[in-house]
Amino acid sequence: MSIQQLYTEAQQLSTAKLRDDIVQQLYERSHRLCAEGIKYTKSNRDTRTEKLDAIFTSPIFGFPIMLTMLGVLFYLTIAGANIPSSMLAEFFGSMEKYLTAFFSFIHAPDWVHGVLVLGLYRGTTWVISVMLPPMAIFFPTFALLENYGYLPRVAFNMDRLFKRVGAHGKQSLTMAMGFGCNAAAVISTRIIESPRERMLAILTNNFVPCNGRWGTLIVLASLFMAANFTGGLKSLVTTGVIVGIVMFGIIVTFFVSWVLSKTALKGIPTHYTLELPPYRKPKIFDTVVRSSLTKSWSVLMRAVKVAAPAAILTWVFANIFIGDTSILMYAVEFLDPFGKLLGLDGYIMMAFILGLPANEIVLPILLMGYLSTGSLTEVDSLVDLKQIFLDHGWTWLTALNMMLFSLLHYPCGTTLLNIYKETKSKKWTFLAFLIPTVIAILVPFIITQTVRFFGWM
Amino acid sequence: MGNSYRVALAGNPNTGKSTLFNALTGLRQHTGNWAGKTVSLAQGDIQYKDKTFNLIDLPGTYSLFSNSSDEEVARNYIVFEKPDVTVVVLDATSLERNFNLALQVLEMTKNVIICINLIDVAEKQGITINERILTNRLGVPVIKISARNKKGFPMLLDTIDRIVTGAIDCQPVQTTYPDDIEEQIKKIEPKVSELIGNELSARWVSLRLLDGDENLLNEINERFGQKERA
Repeated sequence: MSIQQLYTEAQQLSTAKLRDDIVQQLYERSHRLCAEGIKYTKSNRDTRTEKLDAIFTSPIFGFPIMLTMLGVLFYLTIAGANIPSSMLAEFFGSMEKYLTAFFSFIHAPDWVHGVLVLGLYRGTTWVISVMLPPMAIFFPTFALLENYGYLPRVAFNMDRLFKRVGAHGKQSLTMAMGFGCNAAAVISTRIIESPRERMLAILTNNFVPCNGRWGTLIVLASLFMAANFTGGLKSLVTTGVIVGIVMFGIIVTFFVSWVLSKTALKGIPTHYTLELPPYRKPKIFDTVVRSSLTKSWSVLMRAVKVAAPAAILTWVFANIFIGDTSILMYAVEFLDPFGKLLGLDGYIMMAFILGLPANEIVLPILLMGYLSTGSLTEVDSLVDLKQIFLDHGWTWLTALNMMLFSLLHYPCGTTLLNIYKETKSKKWTFLAFLIPTVIAILVPFIITQTVRFFGWM
Repeated sequence: MGNSYRVALAGNPNTGKSTLFNALTGLRQHTGNWAGKTVSLAQGDIQYKDKTFNLIDLPGTYSLFSNSSDEEVARNYIVFEKPDVTVVVLDATSLERNFNLALQVLEMTKNVIICINLIDVAEKQGITINERILTNRLGVPVIKISARNKKGFPMLLDTIDRIVTGAIDCQPVQTTYPDDIEEQIKKIEPKVSELIGNELSARWVSLRLLDGDENLLNEINERFGQKERA
């Protein structure tokens, strides 16, 4: 007799409620064991976690608290990063003067100065001064929330929503990872067992802004959206805009998950167990040091590594002329009509295309593009920065569209590579590129055409 | 290699299993806040007296019914790789829920140690655990430790040592099920014994077959089929 026959025989004997009976028996025995072997002498069981959970995961307060936490997190990041950012920018700006002086002192050819100082130096220092301060605040604060035990509560709150759109509750965890880095988050989707729901999580992860895009979002929001406010109110309005953008990204995540789970990835969400660990006071010093040193540093190094070659490339494109037009300008002029349809322009489209390897470099490339054409301004502060944008016909609509495009567009090169490694499918990797791209084109297009139709702009 | 023994660590997520593993082996290893997919099992060696204990950190699971690949990895290791000792780590503050996993392990293998962790937290909460009663009811050693404060380690290592030398003979007390299930087991068990011999617990395999565990069926087919061919 084979084991297969035995299995068939066993199945004929067995009843549907066998598993329930087994589990019930196991729990009854556990209960008896505890009754016999355990004494609860004091009644001071830890009720703090339960009390906190009643608030944090409450159907009424849960979501407002989550939104507030998110807002506070961004506010701290934006308000706190402002001053160190401009200090760094000023510092690097003044260093640049010395560098330029040095290059003319050794009689270096113009192109060497161009590639190294105007290209490489400006590009990378820009990335550092814009990205380092927000990251040095965002990551440790996020890590504190995580270590305190709040993140599993977020997953708990979001679970219902993800279930409703046919996705897995754990997708809220991979989504939270995406705020740090989409490429890492794609790998973290391994925690989702079902291949269908894992694919949903992979395809939609890009709709939460990773830290490579925070820089772009924060700069544009504070320059254009909160332009008429000053002081603390300015940071507050910027925060509001950023929270709005993030919320929109999450709504798109739900929408795309829902559409996919009704079409290409049909199915019913599977169950899972989510343990809510007790709230623990995080080791503040440890957490802050570890996350700012390891995480911020590694992300920054990656950014610089990608930014450096891209900066050189952009400078070269902007300075090699065919006839009397640079290669960059040919591309810009080619892309311009399409960009205008979306309320953007050729430079912006160019920056996003060249920025495929890493989102961090989109804004620096854009600036280099603008600066390479005539109106040469020293970018010492954010005010100068705004002037550059205004000189190229920017309005709040341009800024909004660029923010939305940045939020929604195709994943960066590293993320796409990880998606391919994880799914081992060219088709799904291509879809992971296509779906966000189509949405990123449609949303600004609709907004721009609506605004123009009603003559608001 | 005659003095080397494999010791598997099983337990629910968030019971401090990985903390125990790190404290014992000194091997740095990431402890995740939520149950993830352990692709490769972390291993580390401990020297104790004249022996080497090779510790294997199984994925944290709530049960071993092979509902997920984590559960399957843990289950297959215990059943088919046959570690010399299986240590089940329980959270002292939520024992009633944690015992469920321990009882399942007792059905699968003989040499089990029930290791109640976080005993310091439990004592603060006024929970007193009588390990002698529990040892008596379960038929295997029950030990209280605090992995974070490295309390109870000598006792744990000594117990592992005494199990592998045969000084302690574990006699896991099996869970009895309602009469109808017990009768079904009785019908299947002798045939299972005949087919797979003493390699696996016949009672446990019978239960799994009755429960319709196709993953286990495939696993047995694969492993035992290969053996026959070899």
